[in-house]
Amino acid sequence: MEIVVAKGLVKEYNSLRAVNCIDFIIHRGECFSLLGPNGAGKTSVMKLIYCYMPPTDGQLHVFGLDVRRHASEIKARIGVMPQENNLDPDLSVMENLLVYARYFGIKKKEAIKRAEELLEFVGLSDRAKTNVERLSGGMKRRLVLARALINKPELLILDEPTTGLDPLSRRQVWEMIKREQQRGRTLILTTHYMEEAQLLSDRVAIMDSGRIVETGSPEELTNKYGGTLEDVYLKLTGKRLLGGEVIIGEAIKEE
Amino acid sequence: MINIKRAFSVWYRNFTVYKKLYKSSMVLNFVEPALYLLAFGIGLSSYLKEINGMPYIKFIAPGIVASSSAFAATYECTYGTYVRMHYQKTFDAILATPVSLNDLILGELLWGATKSLIYGTIIIIVISVTGLVDSWTILLTIPLIFLSGLLFSEISVISAATVPGIDSFNYFYTLFMTPLFLFSGIFFPLDNLPVVIKNLAFLNPLYHMVEIMRSASVGGGVTVGGEVTVGRTDFINHILWLITASLALIVLPFKLMERKLIR
Repeated sequence: MEIVVAKGLVKEYNSLRAVNCIDFIIHRGECFSLLGPNGAGKTSVMKLIYCYMPPTDGQLHVFGLDVRRHASEIKARIGVMPQENNLDPDLSVMENLLVYARYFGIKKKEAIKRAEELLEFVGLSDRAKTNVERLSGGMKRRLVLARALINKPELLILDEPTTGLDPLSRRQVWEMIKREQQRGRTLILTTHYMEEAQLLSDRVAIMDSGRIVETGSPEELTNKYGGTLEDVYLKLTGKRLLGGEVIIGEAIKEE
Repeated sequence: MINIKRAFSVWYRNFTVYKKLYKSSMVLNFVEPALYLLAFGIGLSSYLKEINGMPYIKFIAPGIVASSSAFAATYECTYGTYVRMHYQKTFDAILATPVSLNDLILGELLWGATKSLIYGTIIIIVISVTGLVDSWTILLTIPLIFLSGLLFSEISVISAATVPGIDSFNYFYTLFMTPLFLFSGIFFPLDNLPVVIKNLAFLNPLYHMVEIMRSASVGGGVTVGGEVTVGRTDFINHILWLITASLALIVLPFKLMERKLIR
């Protein structure tokens, strides 16, 4: 069954084409990754899927519903882990989850139950009363993941879930994402880390300047073009993705 | 197109944060009205005993309710809204849920009006127990404080949706709110001023609220020698003015925010 169907999808900001006439299908239960450097249009595609903004042109259906007419119904069934940790800095870990649950119309008793389970899942149970500003970068990221799961979403959108994390925190988040995958949730992931894409994705779409230049499983792509996923990307776009040393650099910056 | 329940989930978010922080912010918010009452009411009243038969401090006290409650809404929906939207990215988090932009903006407006209501009501209690209010009818103004708070929230969200950056609110306060405050009739009656200023006052939402508050505070008028000297006012017209202005502006905060956030 198809969860997301895009046909001739276009998004323009003023005169800039961030998403330039793309087609793709995402099936139930798969992890579909959008791969590309900053500015390739990954986040724009995500924002179109979670109905943050309407498409400029083309068709986009999520759960068979038109994003232009059924935004709230679609959003009720999606969980979003945005690139930035937009947690409520004045609130505690638990309060962040409860306030967020209310946006979905989840009753308080149920919200507390789900929040406790999710904090257990992301290993933050003992931090429930901590103000989020006192959490480390990795903990904040795990809380954002927990928040994205509060409505038991059928589709989980992960926009650069581990950018800026140290290797240990990154591995923890990956473990949690993999557990969600095993539970049968459909995942959409953007990343510019090859290792992440390789580890989590069933299918990868390589994006460059607002277009999808190639789609396939990581194996298919590496078999077809040779070398690693990074080499594939270089061959297709003539550009390099961020390498391992940059990952370490960012992790240090985050500390 | 607006879901009230979802709008209230946004209201509830702001209320939850306020409940945690009010202890530190609340006191500060009352220092200002208290200072005005002290400086003008006590300082100036040694020179200016009364205005048309009304002790000066009693003359200004109800006006301070009007201005402080209006400023509570404007601070909330200028700086508060802007920080939530731009710095904390709270709006982005909310818009990834079933809450629509319209629900979100309605929640912000209702919250701004609620802050007006909270501050206005508390100052009414304070000036009542300190003997600055003559009539219980001041209690009837409480829903009107919410109305005026809504109007000031609309104006403020319009400003938050149009400023290029947070520093630009200085212009909003210096060039818009301060003149509204000074020429609202809080500190001196506008009756004897040139016609131009009187006519401009008609466009000032705060003027209408000050008239309502003062009149209610003295139970419809202070009588000196059989003649009403202060506080006679046309409630219905002032209320109609506030309702008309709120309705006239109501679409703009939604439209301008949509233009700013979702292109």
